[in-house]
Amino acid sequence: MSQTDIYTLAGAALFVIGLYGLITRPHLIHKILALNIMSGGVFLVFVGIARRVMSPDPDPLPHAMVLTGIVVTVSSTAYALALAKRIYSETGMAALDAPDVIEEPEASSG
Amino acid sequence: MASVMPKSPRSVRLAAAALCAGFGALLVRAVLAIPEDHPGLAPVVAERIAESGVEHAVTAVLLNFRSYDTLLEIAVLVLATIGVLSIAGSHSSVWAPVAEEADPVLSALARLLAPFMVLASGYLLWAGEHAPGGAFQAGSVLGAAGVLLALSGYARPAWVSRFGLRVVISVGLIVFLAIAVGVMFLGGALLEYPDGYAKALVLIVETWLTVSIGAILVSLFIASASPIEELRARAGDGR
Amino acid sequence: MAEALLAHMPALAVVVPLVAAPIAFLAGARWGRPVALVASALSVPVAFALAWLVSAEGEKLRYQIGGWEAPLGIGLVVDGLSATMLLVTAVVGFAVTVYSLGYFADKERYRFFWALWLFLLASMAALFLSADVFNLYVCLELVSVSAVALVGLSGQRDALVAAMRYMLAAILGSIFYLLGVALLYGAFGVLDLAHLAAVLGPDVTGQAAFALITVGLVLKTALFPAHFWLPPAHANAPSPVSAVLSALVVKGSFYILLRLWTDVGDPSYVPGMGTLLGVLGAMAIVWGSVQALLQERLKMLVAYSTVAQIGYLFLLFPLVEIAGSHVVDAWSAGVFHAVSHALAKSAMFLAAGAVLSRFGHDRIDGLGGLSRRAPVTTMAFGLSGITMMGLPPSGGFVVKWLYITAAIESGAWWWAIVVLAGGLLAAGYVARVVVPGFAKARDDASDLDVDAGRLPRRMEFAALALALAALALGVLGQPVLDLMAVGSPASGVIPWTGQ
Repeated sequence: MSQTDIYTLAGAALFVIGLYGLITRPHLIHKILALNIMSGGVFLVFVGIARRVMSPDPDPLPHAMVLTGIVVTVSSTAYALALAKRIYSETGMAALDAPDVIEEPEASSG
Repeated sequence: MASVMPKSPRSVRLAAAALCAGFGALLVRAVLAIPEDHPGLAPVVAERIAESGVEHAVTAVLLNFRSYDTLLEIAVLVLATIGVLSIAGSHSSVWAPVAEEADPVLSALARLLAPFMVLASGYLLWAGEHAPGGAFQAGSVLGAAGVLLALSGYARPAWVSRFGLRVVISVGLIVFLAIAVGVMFLGGALLEYPDGYAKALVLIVETWLTVSIGAILVSLFIASASPIEELRARAGDGR
Repeated sequence: MAEALLAHMPALAVVVPLVAAPIAFLAGARWGRPVALVASALSVPVAFALAWLVSAEGEKLRYQIGGWEAPLGIGLVVDGLSATMLLVTAVVGFAVTVYSLGYFADKERYRFFWALWLFLLASMAALFLSADVFNLYVCLELVSVSAVALVGLSGQRDALVAAMRYMLAAILGSIFYLLGVALLYGAFGVLDLAHLAAVLGPDVTGQAAFALITVGLVLKTALFPAHFWLPPAHANAPSPVSAVLSALVVKGSFYILLRLWTDVGDPSYVPGMGTLLGVLGAMAIVWGSVQALLQERLKMLVAYSTVAQIGYLFLLFPLVEIAGSHVVDAWSAGVFHAVSHALAKSAMFLAAGAVLSRFGHDRIDGLGGLSRRAPVTTMAFGLSGITMMGLPPSGGFVVKWLYITAAIESGAWWWAIVVLAGGLLAAGYVARVVVPGFAKARDDASDLDVDAGRLPRRMEFAALALALAALALGVLGQPVLDLMAVGSPASGVIPWTGQ
């Protein structure tokens, strides 16, 4: 198994794990995190593809795309988080559906 | 910590697991079929890097060969910041201190650390020319310094007005755009740096981007942060 | 000088609104308005100049950003398709800007509107011009973030929740798209669309990439059954925003699908994909129309009509695959539908918004006698309804005619039945508004405040102008069809492989 395969398989795994979390977790913060995990998976696939060039320096194109992708992801995540927070302060809900199931996680006395 | 995490019904989780497993199998097949010996665009970049004005290949791609991507990426960042400001309520709350009374130790430490973080940011900016680094990394460190100061009870300085804040958020994008369009008057295409000026122009763009990225990250953090007192009160009310 | 300016037109189409956006942000509540007006007005002649250039040349034009030729650099491509979409963007964008000047009377509360709006216009232009799959990802994100931010702008509870649902769907769509781009680069080592087309081969990774990209873009285009986020987002956004979301934003992701499946590859690249997209399109037409018949609020009705009309776009894919000598008809029908729906649907949303902001509600059963209270607005709604139904002489009629021709000629008559049934259903939901609107109001069927103040003229006439433009497309369709055919895969300039 080559280095590329290790990275791309790990990326695929993260993508699927994130997708599962996105579908099953109603909490908005969980959904946003799940999407971030999926993006992380995609970035790993890029990194794996960059590693195919066996000179000391990897292919710079995928690295540049990952860096651009990170900034774009930071931007959309920041907006999504601000939106989730505003929804929570307006409605007291941290989820879009089934509001009866969702409550603020209880803080323990410690 | 006995926190109750909300979950979907069992049937939904099973269906999701089946879906993801099937999808994952297809994905594994697709990534394993990626050819192992394709050089991609690395040889093309290696061939032309001397003309880019910088030595580091990733920086050359980001700030010259594909600078248009970077221009639009900064536009996304500024845009998202405006979006956050538009829903975060009053503009005046931006860059307010997150904590009213900060821990005196934290406060003193933050004052001590902040100048060094600015220095580190400058180093990263300079290093990007020949090694990993560059505007975003430098801006992140600058932003982290700002967040640390905000958490330690420091507000924005009085001389930074609301307008000043908008300027510092958008100055990186504006300088980048000005250079992108300005070179067209010298006969080139959009973002076509004239011979011999690439290095200087890339450095100017990166410097202003660093400033804006730092300001943006601080703004994003503070605009959505709850004051620490509120968090403490919520954690401490025994619920 | 004039020639030098013309050579830079593709860049200017993006740069004009993109420079204006941060300026509008700096300018603040008051001065953002003229900045937006000037920038969106300037975009119109730029778009016309590009359309003229492409028609005059008769083939694709390329503009290499930074002077780096592809595959190293990023190119802008102007052909008939992108020139047409840019033209629609500029025209609708300008009309909506004029409307917004009246709509956002509360300057302070909507002080960020103008900057977000200009970012959206810039990103649509960038998307329609981009010739690079990764650059298209950045454009898609610009479009999504600005669109979502505009939906949530009012800060009202329903709008915020709708914006969140939209945001999650949009980010998920982007991630699928980006994974597809990674696999495309892995398989073929290039990002430029023309270079991809040249090296595309039957390859598992390539096919997976196409499938992933399609999933992502279907989610962003809100094709049934991924339409769940669209009705609340489009209905709860401020009305000028609703107009642009339905008219242009969903077409952005459709445009990339079109490029991919008819320019880079063809629908037979992944077996069954063309048919699948067509079947989903047919289901969207039926489901969206039925839902539109059941809605109680006008803006929800119009939003579900968008779900249905998106379906027509996707009939293009199966028909292009099987239409043989009538491939031009099938391809043109889809693109022409994108144009005529953009004009008619923006008119419809602007009219609905005028009703909502004048009378304070948009309950359909309370709109009896609307035509006497708001004749221009009712006229705008009714005229755009003609395009939705596809009656002559509207642009919608041209679309249905071309689709039915392609379907019958290729022996796949069932697609023609879908097209006709969709027209009948559209007649049903348009009639729900227009018939009581023109009727003499009974007291129990009208809930229109007699004392409601007048709307600014420019709001009503912006809607009417767009509705008339949609109608005029039926009469003046040929120049538009000629423009969009320049350099298109269906025009015969590029060898067509999908038979």
